Amino acid sequence: MTKYTNTGNKDTRSGFGEGLLSIGRECEEVVALAADLKGSVKMDGFAKEFPDRFFQCGIAEANMINVAAGLSLNGKIPFVGTFAAFAAGRVYDQVRMAVAYSETNVKIAASHAGITLGEDGATHQILEDIGLMRMLPGMTVIVPCDFNQTKNATIAAAKWNGPVYLRFGRPSVPNFTPENEVFEIGKAYKLNDGKDVTVIATGHLVWEALLAAEELEKEGVTADVINLATIKPLDRETILESVKKTGCVVTAEEHFIFGGMGEMIAGLLASCNTAPLEMVAINDRFGQSGTPAELMKAYGLDAEHIAAAARRAISRK
Amino acid sequence: MSDIQRLKDIACQIRRDILRMVTMAKSGHPGGSLSSTDVVTALYFSKMKHDPKNWDRSGKGFDMFFLSCGHESPLLYSALARSGYFPVSELATFRKIGSRLQGHPATDTNLPGVFEASGSLGQGLSVAVGAALGKKISKDPNKVYCLVGDGESQEGQIWEAAQFASHHKIDNLIAFTDWNGQQIDGTTEEVIGPDHLDQRWKAFGWNVVIAEDGNSMEDIFSAIKLAEELQAIEPKPVMIMLKTVMGKGVDFMEGTCKWHGKAPKPEECEAALKQIPETLGDF
Repeated sequence: MTKYTNTGNKDTRSGFGEGLLSIGRECEEVVALAADLKGSVKMDGFAKEFPDRFFQCGIAEANMINVAAGLSLNGKIPFVGTFAAFAAGRVYDQVRMAVAYSETNVKIAASHAGITLGEDGATHQILEDIGLMRMLPGMTVIVPCDFNQTKNATIAAAKWNGPVYLRFGRPSVPNFTPENEVFEIGKAYKLNDGKDVTVIATGHLVWEALLAAEELEKEGVTADVINLATIKPLDRETILESVKKTGCVVTAEEHFIFGGMGEMIAGLLASCNTAPLEMVAINDRFGQSGTPAELMKAYGLDAEHIAAAARRAISRK
Repeated sequence: MSDIQRLKDIACQIRRDILRMVTMAKSGHPGGSLSSTDVVTALYFSKMKHDPKNWDRSGKGFDMFFLSCGHESPLLYSALARSGYFPVSELATFRKIGSRLQGHPATDTNLPGVFEASGSLGQGLSVAVGAALGKKISKDPNKVYCLVGDGESQEGQIWEAAQFASHHKIDNLIAFTDWNGQQIDGTTEEVIGPDHLDQRWKAFGWNVVIAEDGNSMEDIFSAIKLAEELQAIEPKPVMIMLKTVMGKGVDFMEGTCKWHGKAPKPEECEAALKQIPETLGDF
């Protein structure tokens, strides 16, 4: 199996911060807005270097989204940064009307997504944002898998013309993708070639999927591992080609089953192919306080659970 | 003919357009549209620097207007058509399937003159603030205008925009409140008082100018002049409180919430049109 090396755990939010600073130096139209979380979402580097292009909004996320929409009319490329729970949940109507429906060039940087936000608990652990955002016409939804990819996706989001929801998180997770790779929006990245099962993962669960594939290989099972870094627009070809070969699928995401990536893949398969599908996701219950590792295990999102789902999918062929 | 008289004539025609559009569509919001007609006329036909034939959504080099209370779309559409953004005949398509004149203003129909969708209340002022901030950092000296409803000001986001504009010294923005005291469920005091809107804006760090008759062209221009003088002295946003009459110009629609979101029947429209002279020719 293709070997991937973890160059050291890093948080994806810091990847965003580095990406923002990098594209900010390259493009003076890039501006940033925060709602009293500029440190938490790693916008402080940008704010320090470009104080005239950083706007503090206070704890008032709704206004922040619409101010960004107004700025974009002038040709600015605004990044709004806050926790995903607020960026998608609290201000859904603002994103719907001022960003998606109005087709404004706003980049929503949604940090601290999912249960691995950890100890703060379910109030802050949004698990429905992929669903909420992919339902909006014209919204591009990106969920990079590690520090490097988050940095590169941030740069790509700035260069993309149109609304983007960029989802990342708080915990330090393995960093294994190339350091300065041009991120291709809309591409599903194939990380390993196998013949028995297709494992489609998004976010930091991609690393767990690779660990699961290693485990399965010991049993003589080989897996196609796909990093679905762009949820929308969906790279249908890469997925369908893989499923045609393997005949069964596992999806893995840090999200509710309802509205999540797995359901999206189920819809795709139902409309053009039939193959057994097992979803690794959270089934209709809220999160809770705990360490990220404890929660990943307790909610069944780690490599062990992905491998088990693969065995079930294969047995249903 | 004086410029004020010219504007009053245009306002008459816009009021006729509003009444005929909502009657033909059998739906829409005549009450607030009629109460705000005079200020929007003053902006589009006198005050604002704009180029209807060469409009683009960036608004660069021009003044920009945002209708935060998007349900007053018939007013906006009539003002845009009558100032040359698109053919006046298109007003007949308002709220019909396939029309660029959606129930609430939209950008995805490529209707010239609409900068941003509005209609979900409380959001347009924030966009106007963002556009004004964009002009400031782009060194574009032109102004941004925004119209907000008094009922709409019950939305929390209005006050988020208020504090942001004040903190960031957005002094190229003049906003207006259509202070007619009516909303769908009754008077603003009945629905959720106390109003005290002028005091609220002051408390949020804005300069406030009151137009005692918000349906008078003379009072509107005096208020705008005062707002400009204040902005020349102090780097602050200004709110002009327009004391208007809901349904202005049609006796049976004035001063009541009944016509907020209800279209007149054809015979009611006829009765209303008899009260307003046709100055520029109906669409």
